[in-house]
Parts: sequence; structure tokens; C-alpha cells
Amino acid sequence: MKKSIFKTLAIPAALLVSSMTFAADTIKVGVLHSLSGTMAISETTLKDTMLMLIEEQNKKGGLLGKKLEPVVVDPASNWPLFAEKARELIEQDKVAAVFGCWTSVSRKSVLPVFEELNNILFYPVQYEGEESSKNVFYTGAAPNQQAIPAVDYLMNDVGVKRWVLAGTDYVYPRTTNKILEAYLKAKGVKDADIMINYTPFGHSDWQSIVSDIKKFGGAGKKTAVVSTINGDANVPFYKELGNQGLSAEDIPVIAFSVGEEELSGIDTGPLVGHLAAWNYFMSVDSKQNKKFIKDWQKFIGSKDRVSNDPMEAHYIGFNMWVKAVEKAGTTDPEAVQKAIIGVEVPNLTGGTAKMLANHHITKPVLIGEIQDNGQFDVVWETDGLVPGDAWSDHLPGSKDIVADWTDKLGCGNYNSKTKKCSGQNY
Amino acid sequence: MSVLRKGRAGIYAALLHIALMLLFSPVHSALMPDEDIAVLKEGSYGDKSDLVISLPERPGAVSLLPVLQVMLDGDLYLSADEKLLSVTDAPADQYLIIDIDAGTESVVAEKGALKRVRINNSVRRILRRTIAQLQLRSDDVGVRLAAVKQIIDKVDTDSVAIIREYFPAEQDADVRDAMALVLAVGDLRSGDPALAEAAIETLSTSLEPVALNTLQDFSEDTDSTLLARQAEKAIEAIQGRVRVYENLETLYFGLSSGSVLVLAGIGLAITFGVMGVINMAHGELIMLGAYTTYVIQQLMPELIGISIIIAIPAAFLVSGLAGIIMERLVIRHLYGNPLETLLATFGISLILQQTVRTIFSPLNKSVITPDWMSGLLEVNSVLALTWNRLYIIVFCLIVFLALVFVMKKTPLGLQVRAVSQNRNMARAMGVRSQWVDALTFGLGSGIAGVAGVALSLITNVGPNLGQAYIIDSFMVVVFGGVGNLLGTLFAGMSLGVMNKVLEPSVGAVLAKILILVFIILFIQKRPQGLFPQRGRAAEG
Repeated sequence: MKKSIFKTLAIPAALLVSSMTFAADTIKVGVLHSLSGTMAISETTLKDTMLMLIEEQNKKGGLLGKKLEPVVVDPASNWPLFAEKARELIEQDKVAAVFGCWTSVSRKSVLPVFEELNNILFYPVQYEGEESSKNVFYTGAAPNQQAIPAVDYLMNDVGVKRWVLAGTDYVYPRTTNKILEAYLKAKGVKDADIMINYTPFGHSDWQSIVSDIKKFGGAGKKTAVVSTINGDANVPFYKELGNQGLSAEDIPVIAFSVGEEELSGIDTGPLVGHLAAWNYFMSVDSKQNKKFIKDWQKFIGSKDRVSNDPMEAHYIGFNMWVKAVEKAGTTDPEAVQKAIIGVEVPNLTGGTAKMLANHHITKPVLIGEIQDNGQFDVVWETDGLVPGDAWSDHLPGSKDIVADWTDKLGCGNYNSKTKKCSGQNY
Repeated sequence: MSVLRKGRAGIYAALLHIALMLLFSPVHSALMPDEDIAVLKEGSYGDKSDLVISLPERPGAVSLLPVLQVMLDGDLYLSADEKLLSVTDAPADQYLIIDIDAGTESVVAEKGALKRVRINNSVRRILRRTIAQLQLRSDDVGVRLAAVKQIIDKVDTDSVAIIREYFPAEQDADVRDAMALVLAVGDLRSGDPALAEAAIETLSTSLEPVALNTLQDFSEDTDSTLLARQAEKAIEAIQGRVRVYENLETLYFGLSSGSVLVLAGIGLAITFGVMGVINMAHGELIMLGAYTTYVIQQLMPELIGISIIIAIPAAFLVSGLAGIIMERLVIRHLYGNPLETLLATFGISLILQQTVRTIFSPLNKSVITPDWMSGLLEVNSVLALTWNRLYIIVFCLIVFLALVFVMKKTPLGLQVRAVSQNRNMARAMGVRSQWVDALTFGLGSGIAGVAGVALSLITNVGPNLGQAYIIDSFMVVVFGGVGNLLGTLFAGMSLGVMNKVLEPSVGAVLAKILILVFIILFIQKRPQGLFPQRGRAAEG
């Protein structure tokens, strides 16, 4: 019974595939993004980005003399289905690598599959860290590439003394806020000056929470909200901020999950001046970025479509994979895993991204203020590139742990005090 | 200085004249000298802040108010010949350009050649303060009062000095009171014991957060136990009053979130409550209403202000028709089979969602809140009611009353009740029961559409909108007593208030769980809900 449902679901994907160029001998690339359900809003764009990148690579003559062939499946925002679809991609379609996942829970769900079958996953979204798998390459930001610099900016440049950590109730906000809380306390912020609040997915009635934030911020010290609120819930949250007259000058909100794509659905008038921390903004003025946006809008057939940070992460991840395959001379996952460490490719903000031994990459950190056209104006950026740190230095449990997948250690969870690899792969 | 400036302006006027004759020559603004324009054009945010801070020192600075206001709104642009322009959106993707110097207006399609004066939060903060400072010189009492209120929020030594300068000349009592508060904060902060007593007195009557904060700081820092005790007494007095208003605020939040529940549930009270159809597609009918609002706004971009009003009947028709079609094609074949109805309507809900996804894309759409519905009704600095929520409470009551009227006072309502109480008897009396079924279902569905209009203003308009409200709707109807409109109203309001009372102490997630547990327990004890149906219908 399960099998047959499986097959019916695979039909649309198969149709999609057959409409692509069908050479006898191709390299298959898996695309594992939800095209239906709650996450479809964000993930559909990433699927399209991958199709564009693959098409461009094919125009350049493919890879190792073969054409690339995308295999698109729809895990439908259903976490266990992610694991099933990943297995299907690797075992049945024999893909060389998979690009996919958005939420941390979906990544955690596919991780055992990738480790068992020893394939490669490129994960393009900022996440909570505390993980480094032999089979996963994290092209989004680790907490030290987004959350920590954002807090530094607010503390040093804006002079914030009181902190509201507001998030959606799941693993990414909870872990990020744990790290931030430890970091703030280490910087001398008192318990009374930190307010932590969690809300369910899709929360829409923000009246009392915004009113609490207003009261908390009325205590005479500069207050800021660090928001790990995810998805849909952001729109009513910002609307309520505007309605209750909390302006960005009084209490700025810095968001880690609100980008150009999320803003394209709302009237940004009341949001002007609120902040977001990312490693890429569409408004960044660089040659590569201009070309990328032009190609993207042409591919998707609309001048109104925006680009965002996870798209850049896929751009970097895909180019790294291509380079590593060329370096290794094969698409064999084991060889590519070795070859990719140390690979450098240009990012879209005018710098270079380098794959590190812990499977994270180097990124610049940018802080942008929301403009009334739905774009971000960069107000601050780190001096250079920040290397991604898999295990946070600010949490007691993970301070001593390092990840190094070169032959030196070959471990994602090495305790430098006890000199032991925990054996646990992630 | 003033003469010099006037002289300059004269020269520029002459230049303008020549320019008009020659048809070309850069002519700059008479409001600001060249070096200021250069800062606006190319200066860093820090340079812009310094410029704005220095402005009130200049003679005739009040004339700069419009420029600063436009700059604060982010609409200030410089033309190629360095004129100060205000550029705002005009209908049909055009831009309205106002030359701030000359006051001339024009509408253009492209603004590419104009350079925007970019600002960030710190510039905005300084702009607001400078504007307030300049507004103190205004002749309008309202403007002056607003300016002092603006300053109260961020009192520092500079602003106290500014207020001290204007206080003696101020005539209006309200403005004087507000100013006295700022001065009291300044006095108390100065730590001068001679001034402290009077300052504590003044502050104890205020509800502004700054009054409380200043008193708290003072009572901790002061050496005099007498003054500290006075300050503490004042703090207690303020906190007591604040608590009263905070409770009122919680009640308001509860009523407004309750009215959303009532709106979402009241259509279901007809289809499920009166007709007994377990309609899982109820949420999607709400969604259709929300999308109707979106479409109306797209169709008439010039009429955003009244688009919501137009959307109400439109959404009623769209969702009502969808409901009638559903009833005629599917549901009427399944009367008496609740399980099959449930599955069939669930299927319909998926079809509706996917249809919307195909037509409008899976991305959320934005419904613009009209200006008259945004903002706050400020009762005092603790209690402020948001307009959009206030309208929704009122709207909810209107819909409720209208529905009660239809059910109790019109022939349709009579027939609906007759059919639901005893179908065969009603038919024997000549009521066309099939026709009544269709209309009743259409009425319930139409009300769901109207609820969608209200929801489109406070939440996301997307294909999943309905799913978020279907559980809540059933909860409200079951809790209130199936088939009872008044029960639905009370159930929705009390669940809303309960939620908001719990939320601050236990958090949003746990509050939701607790409410659900409460309802389960309540239904165990009283399966018929708050207001049970009486009489024969209850058994049938």
C-alpha cells in the first residue's frame, strides 16, 4: 500500500524529469525541496534556483563531459517523507549529490539516510549549529555567522542594553536563543534584562506579546528584539508592531529568518528601519550579484521576483560541488567529500567562499535595514569573512568540541579535552 | 547670518531667472545652502545626523520642517540639479513629485534620475527629535503638545534644557503640564534635594513610563530616607493605576481575539450548528473571503480606503455561492451520513486550497490595511487601543446581530428553524426544504467569507489560511452549544479572554494547550455546551 502511494507521488516528478534533456548518460542531481505544504512558500524558490543552476552548467557543457540531470521530488513539508524521498533519490535514481531541506527537523530526518548510504547533502539555510556530519555540507550560516555578529552590532553600535529573544517554538530558535543567552550573560547582561518568548508556528494573535515587549522596552534602557520567528507568523507580528506604534527607532527588531522573499508578500511601509542579519542581500552591489539576479529573473520569467540568502547558499554549494567533482575527476560521493574541503568559489557579495574542514563555509555577515521597497540597505558588515563554527564556543557542552573531516581527525564530534571522537557522527 | 542667507537667496533667485532664460544652469535649493545639499547627497549617516542636529540653531529653521518631515518619511530626493523633492507613489505605478522649494507638483513614470536621500535608524531618531524641537515654535497648540509628548518618550539633558527654554512663554495649560513633567524628570535626575519634593509630586500623577523609571532610579540613589520614602509612595500610586489599565488592556486583547474566534465560528454555527453538516471546508470558505478582499484591492488600487467595505458584500457573495454549489453538488446527497460528509468536505477543502495555489501561487498575498484602520486610539500612555482590532470587535457584533435578526425575524429564518426542527412537518406545511437547505448553507458560507475579509487584515492571506481557523471554529461552536448563536458569541469571547489572561504568565504555546484541555473537560461534564438547545430539536 505504502509503495503504491509512493509511486503515484513520484509520477509528477518523473514527468518533470522526462521533459528535461534526456541523454543516455547523465549525472543525476537530486533536488529535495517541499513543493507543497507549509514550507512550499520558501522551498519552491530553491527548487527553481537549482533547476536554473543545472541548466546553466549544462549550457557550459555539463560536467566531466556529461550533462547534468535534475531529479526533483516533493517531500511535501512532511518530515518523515523527507527521509523516504532521500532514500528513493539515492537508491533508485542513483543521484550523485542532493541539494535540499529547509527546516532543521527535515535535515535531522534525512541525516541517517545520507550517512547509511554515504551520499552528499548540501543544506542551504542558516541553522542552529551543534552538528557536523561527514555527509552534509552546510552552506547556510552557523550561529557565529549570523546571530552572534548581529548581537554584537546591536550591543556596540546601537547601544542596546535590554534584550527580547522571541522565537517560534522549535529546535532552531531554541538552540540559537540558548547560545545567545549564554553569550549575553558572558557579556554582563543581567537576567532581568533578557526576556525570552516562544510562540507556536503560524501564530497570528500578537497583541499581548507586542504589548509585553512595549512594557519591557519602556524601562528606560535601549531595547531590541532578536527575532527567530519563522515563516508566516512574521507578517502579523510586524503588523502588530506597527499598529501598537513601536517604531524601529524605539525598539528595533533584528530578524534571522526574514529576507526579501518573505517581505515580497507584505506591505513594508510599517517595517521600515527594522533589521535583518544575513550573509547576502539582493541589494548588494557586485558584478556577480547583478548577473545572478538577471539570470534568475530571466529564468523565472518575471521582473518582480527577488533573490535571497538561501539562494546564494545553493549557488555557492552547487559551484563548490562542480569544482570538487572536476578536481576528483569522478562524482563518487566519497571522493567528492575529500576533494571539496578547501575548495574556493566566488560568492555573490564580491568575496570568496571556502569549504572548511568542518563542512561549513566562510561567509561575510551583513546587517540590513528594511526599506519601503522591500529591499535591505546594508548598514553594517563584518570586516572580513567569518569561518563557520559547527560547535558553539558559548555553550558549556560544545565548547571543547571540534569538527575536522580531513584525514587528520576524520571526526565531526571530537572532544579536544578528552581527546576522543564521540563516535556519533553528528 | 540672516542677512547673509537672504542675500544668498536673492542671488539664487537671480540665478533662477538667468537659468530660465538660458534654459540650462544648475539652480539649487533656497532652503538649504550647497554644503548641506552635498551632505544630504553624499554624506555618511553620521554627517547627516550632525547636519540635522545643527539645524534648529539657524534662523528661520522652522521653514525647514517640511523638508525634515519628508526626509523622515524616506521620501526626500534630490533632482539632477540638486533641488529638494518629495517623491511619493501615485496611482498606476507613477510617482508624484513635489518640488519643496517651489511647491510645484508633477507626475512621472520614472524616478531613475532622482537621487534618494538615504537615512537609517539613528538619523531617523535625530530627525524626530529635531522636528519636535522645531515644532515647539509652532503656533498650533496641538502641534506643540505632540512635540512635547514626543520629547517625553526620550528625555535627556538636552531636551530638558530645550523645554526649560520654552516653558516660561507657554500659555496653554495642557502643554504646560506636559512640559512640567519633562522638567520634573530633569529636576529629579539632577539630584538637587531642594527640587526633589515638588518633582516627586508632579511625577506621581503621571502614567508615563519615564516618570516611573525616574522615580525608581531616584529612590535607589538618594541619600535622604525621607525623599526615598516619598518616591516609593509615588511609585506605588503609579503602579496601582498602571495595573488597572493593564487589566483593561488584557480584557480588550481578549475581546478582540475572541471576536476573531466568533467571526470564524459563527458561519459554522449555522452550517454545523443548525444544519448538522460537519463542514471541514469551512476554513477554505473563510480563505475565499480573504482572497476576494485581495482581488478587490487589485482591481481598484485607487480606492484602498473603501476597498474593505466593498469587499464585505463581495466576499459574502463569493463564499455564499461556493457554499451553495457545494451543497447542491455534494453535501445534499450525504445528509444523514456525518462520516461521509466529513470526508467529502475535507476533500473539497483540499481542492479549494489547491485551486487557490494554482491561481494565486503558493506565496502569501498582502492585503493593505486602509489608513483609517491603522494606528492607535491612545487613552493614556498605558492603555492604547489599536483601531483595526476595535473595528473588528464592532464588525463582529454587527455580523452577530444581523445574523440573529435574519434567523429570528425573517421568513427565511423561520423556515430554516422549521426545517431543522422537523423536516417532514415543515415540508407538509409547504416549505421547500431543499431550497431552504441550499440557502441556509449559502448563508453560513457567506458569513464565513465575511469573516475572511476581517481576517485578511490581521493575518496572512495564503492557501493555508483556512486550516489555521477550522479547529478554533469547531471549538467555539461546540463549546457554545451546537445550534445556538448566542452561545457561539459567549464561547468565542470567553475563550479569547481566557487565552489572553493566561498568555502572559504561561506563554502562548501552553495557553493554547490549557484552553484545549479545559474545553475537553468541559465537554465531558456538559456535552451540550454552554447554552444547550432546548425542546424537541435537542433530541432530534
